[in-house]
Amino acid sequence: MLQVISLLVENKPGALMRITGLLSARGYNIESLTVARTLDPTLSRMSIVVDIEPQLRAQVIKQMNKLVNVLQASDLTEAAAVRREMVLLRVRATLASRPNILKEAEIFGARVVDSSTEGFALEVTGDPEKLDVFIDLMRSYGEIEVTRSGTVVVALEAKKLRLSPPIPKLNEKSETRNEKPVHG
Amino acid sequence: MSSTTSIAHRPGGAAESKLMSGAKILLECLVRENVDCIFGYPGGVTLPLYDAFYDHSIRHILVRHEQNAAFAAAGFARSTGRVGVCCATSGPGATNLVTGLVDSLMDSIPVVAITGQVPTKLIGSDAFQEADTFGITRSCTKHNFLVKTVAELPQVIHEAFYIASSGRPGPVLVDIPKDVFQAQSHYEPVSSIHLPGYKVFTEGHTGQIRRAAQMIWEAQRPFVYAGGGIIAANASEELLELVELLDAPTVNTLMGLGALPASHRNFVSMPGMHGSYAANMGMSNADLLIALGVRFDDRVTGRLAAFAPHAKVIHVDIDPAEIGKNRAADLPIVGDVKRVLQKLNKAVAELAPAHRKRNAGARDAWWAQIRDWQEEHPLAPEVSKTEIKPQHVMREIDRLSGGRAIVASDVGQHQMWAAQFIRFNEPRLWLNSGGLGSMGFGLPAAIGAQFARPDKLVFAVVGDGGFQMSIPELATIVNHALPIKIVILNNGYLGMIRQWQELFYNNRLSQAELTGFPDAEKLAAAYGFKGRMVQHPHELVAALDEAIREPGPYLLNVKVSPFENVYPMVPAGGAINEMVLGPPQPVEA
Repeated sequence: MLQVISLLVENKPGALMRITGLLSARGYNIESLTVARTLDPTLSRMSIVVDIEPQLRAQVIKQMNKLVNVLQASDLTEAAAVRREMVLLRVRATLASRPNILKEAEIFGARVVDSSTEGFALEVTGDPEKLDVFIDLMRSYGEIEVTRSGTVVVALEAKKLRLSPPIPKLNEKSETRNEKPVHG
Repeated sequence: MSSTTSIAHRPGGAAESKLMSGAKILLECLVRENVDCIFGYPGGVTLPLYDAFYDHSIRHILVRHEQNAAFAAAGFARSTGRVGVCCATSGPGATNLVTGLVDSLMDSIPVVAITGQVPTKLIGSDAFQEADTFGITRSCTKHNFLVKTVAELPQVIHEAFYIASSGRPGPVLVDIPKDVFQAQSHYEPVSSIHLPGYKVFTEGHTGQIRRAAQMIWEAQRPFVYAGGGIIAANASEELLELVELLDAPTVNTLMGLGALPASHRNFVSMPGMHGSYAANMGMSNADLLIALGVRFDDRVTGRLAAFAPHAKVIHVDIDPAEIGKNRAADLPIVGDVKRVLQKLNKAVAELAPAHRKRNAGARDAWWAQIRDWQEEHPLAPEVSKTEIKPQHVMREIDRLSGGRAIVASDVGQHQMWAAQFIRFNEPRLWLNSGGLGSMGFGLPAAIGAQFARPDKLVFAVVGDGGFQMSIPELATIVNHALPIKIVILNNGYLGMIRQWQELFYNNRLSQAELTGFPDAEKLAAAYGFKGRMVQHPHELVAALDEAIREPGPYLLNVKVSPFENVYPMVPAGGAINEMVLGPPQPVEA
């Protein structure tokens, strides 16, 4: 079963590598991955769909939460969440099929973003299963080219975000050199 | 060094912002982190840094291979709990650190590695000695950094030390391009660091701790399973208090040896693949495992499905990802094991008057059972009059050191015999590559430990295989007249490989024999110190004595019986109560 993970990460070089490295080191194949910065430009939101055996899902989330650049990793596979994906699709259409394509596009809520004598470019969003159906349908009209954005997901219930506070550094040479720091 | 220089480098000497090179800023930050010793090897892009070392108070120890710089830094950290620091140049210098970094990652050892990188403008151009150190070491470290500007350098260095030493400790690498070392910047001491996503769990959940105390008194056959986490958290005192409060039988894992003094009456031994009969039977029959700073490693549990089948598990660990990773915990507590034990001991003590008598009979019977197991199959060293048994060597080292010497071991049979027969009465005496099992670890780890604790008697107990992986460090030992006692258990084989080939591959000894070992006396003499070969059991004690009395280093090449196997042994994939206790008995003709 595909696992859907949402991560809030620091927008820093290498953050993506740490997360994908954690998955590839365990031999997991990423089905889709999207990442873009949030309202706070120092942070990015990432949505990952990945195939992990169910009994190992919790362990992977814990390992992600351990990464220094990860503020929060949540498993949204079974959580209340909305998943959406966007498809950009070019379909070659004969003159005769054009009205039918437009009709189908309307049913799926797709927008025409380009039109030429060759055919249409269409933009459609929806849940991934619905998009599969739409792509199959368009294929019946002729040659198509498809780019999928990958799933983006948002949880419907806010999860409390616990951030670590700044840690003061002593500017004088510490006298207790052997003592392990105690952090709250 | 003139007094003016030392004033110039006094910590805090840069209280007012002043123009400094990146290299000097780095050293200033290291001073503020109480670093006084770095193990390293120079190279092209670290030349500006090495120029700054030239007249700096921080001591740089020149090793002979970067891998050994990483191991020495780990030996320094393991023997003290302080952050060990190593340094290497770009490309081959950095890639040579990799084994040492993974070693520290597996054993949760606080190490900071500084590597040079080609100048920022050349990164990605396949420049001379360029390697993607940041990418290569991503999975070898707890965290790593690539510093692109001198302005961020102080912040990064302090973050690196904080990450390495807090929470579950581990190695952190900081990759610094040459131009960042050279750039001039106004240095301002860092007043605070902020790592919003870095979570350190210190205090255990109070309710869980209270429930744990209840569970502990309800148990009839409790068993304490304590590991390297106790040592990392400096929680030996708290462990001792718990063990005595409960009068519970206790095992220390390979990483935890010395957490509870080996001479303590409640100490059973090490559990696992080469653990004692009593330790493994105890684990297998307990009704409660009190697991403290352990990770249920496969070398401890054997076949997981058959591990401790009757036991409920209380699992205390600072790393939430360890809880339930291998064995489900009936009662998990995430926190610093020292802080958790302080609270748990209090809770256990409070319940004691009401509960102590409750299972007293069952607990007495449990102890009687454990004592029976101990007597049935004790860990007894083999001794022979005609050949030196490796176990015999360990027994003599144990006797001569009295459980107070530092022993850095390499990896293989001798490591297991040392763990079985040398009794460690304090934490941070037993240094070994537990998780990664890196051959070549012993000698450089001993070097790091001897620098950290110059007053201590330090043994490097190594095999003839691992010793030859780090032989060049003899020069480092001689350079600094380190009084390390190197004891080579020389059986002419890769002993553990030979043992497995004998037991599981029809004794087809493929590439296990090591011939061509040099004359140890001449080898030591060539480096300028003393050494000798020991061949007969009656020479052993005198030779060890002589080595210990020698003020400088000493190399003992002990010829041990070549076909000795480590027992007890749990075959890979077996349950730990199904031990092979000794060699197969000869069949009568």
